Amino acid sequence: MLSKFQIFKIGFFDVAPHLLSVIPFGIIFGAIGIELGFDPIMTYATSLIIFGGASQIVFLQLLSGGASSLIAITSVGVINSRHLLYGAVLSEYLNKLSLIKKFLISYFIVDQGFAVSNIYFKKNREQNFNYYHLLGSGITLWLCWQISTIIGIYLGSIVPEALGLKFAIPLTFIAIIINELRKLDHLFVMIISGLAATFFYNAPFKSYILISPLIGLFTAYLILKFKK
Amino acid sequence: MTWTSIFIAGLITYFTRMGMITLIDKDIFNENFRKILNYVPSVVFPSIIFPGVLLDDYGSLVIITDPKIYGALTAIIVGYFSRNVILTIASGLASYWFLIFVF
Repeated sequence: MLSKFQIFKIGFFDVAPHLLSVIPFGIIFGAIGIELGFDPIMTYATSLIIFGGASQIVFLQLLSGGASSLIAITSVGVINSRHLLYGAVLSEYLNKLSLIKKFLISYFIVDQGFAVSNIYFKKNREQNFNYYHLLGSGITLWLCWQISTIIGIYLGSIVPEALGLKFAIPLTFIAIIINELRKLDHLFVMIISGLAATFFYNAPFKSYILISPLIGLFTAYLILKFKK
Repeated sequence: MTWTSIFIAGLITYFTRMGMITLIDKDIFNENFRKILNYVPSVVFPSIIFPGVLLDDYGSLVIITDPKIYGALTAIIVGYFSRNVILTIASGLASYWFLIFVF
């Protein structure tokens, strides 16, 4: 049986490669906030209070562009609605935790952490204290996001835009799902979701991030039905 | 005003994280629903990947010779065979930079 700390460490090491994209992204975000005219404390506060990379950029962009608060808030809600799906998946593994622990651990659920911890949970169903994996990956990502935002706020302009570091984001997500490419049904669902997202990208409030996963899940539903 | 918006946006975001974990009873999910949830990573991440590769900063389709397309293809091929996260990301970035700076 692994100790809590050992599982926490596995979470850290599993998510560590993804810091390659999280840290540059955090720096870019901090720089963008200042560039858009927000003060350093406000820019940083979004990392602490909202803590959701893409949604923070959209939030500040919309506000600085003169959009109403309602639109900015709605967009954040829509972009982050994907966490509902993560929660539904993770609830199976976290259902034995006390309410307080659930409240606490929820704050640390992010894309990359969800992805690596979900894989770990699937493989180690019998293990106690599995949620320490999610804490390990989540707290690592949280710390790096906070620190890199601050770095971005102060030094952001020295990261040359020509490097195109934003491209590291799709790459890190490719790395996350690469093993699912081996399954034909998953590959098909991925292509449908991806094309739907590209098609609906300009829909209001960035709602493509909600629409395309739902189209993908509906496709999965049809596949499962067909398989029977 | 902006501060209020930040707090409301933060609360909503926290709710999206916490809602399903705390409020949903595990038994609500039947076997079929759980099978569909297996596909969650496969539907959410491509929804971020495809636009990130195929669209530019203004939301228009990039041309077929865009370095991002080749960077992504390199990452997919390297990742598929190596099963290594760092190699996948690094090879994608390296080929992308190679095309931008060398050509």
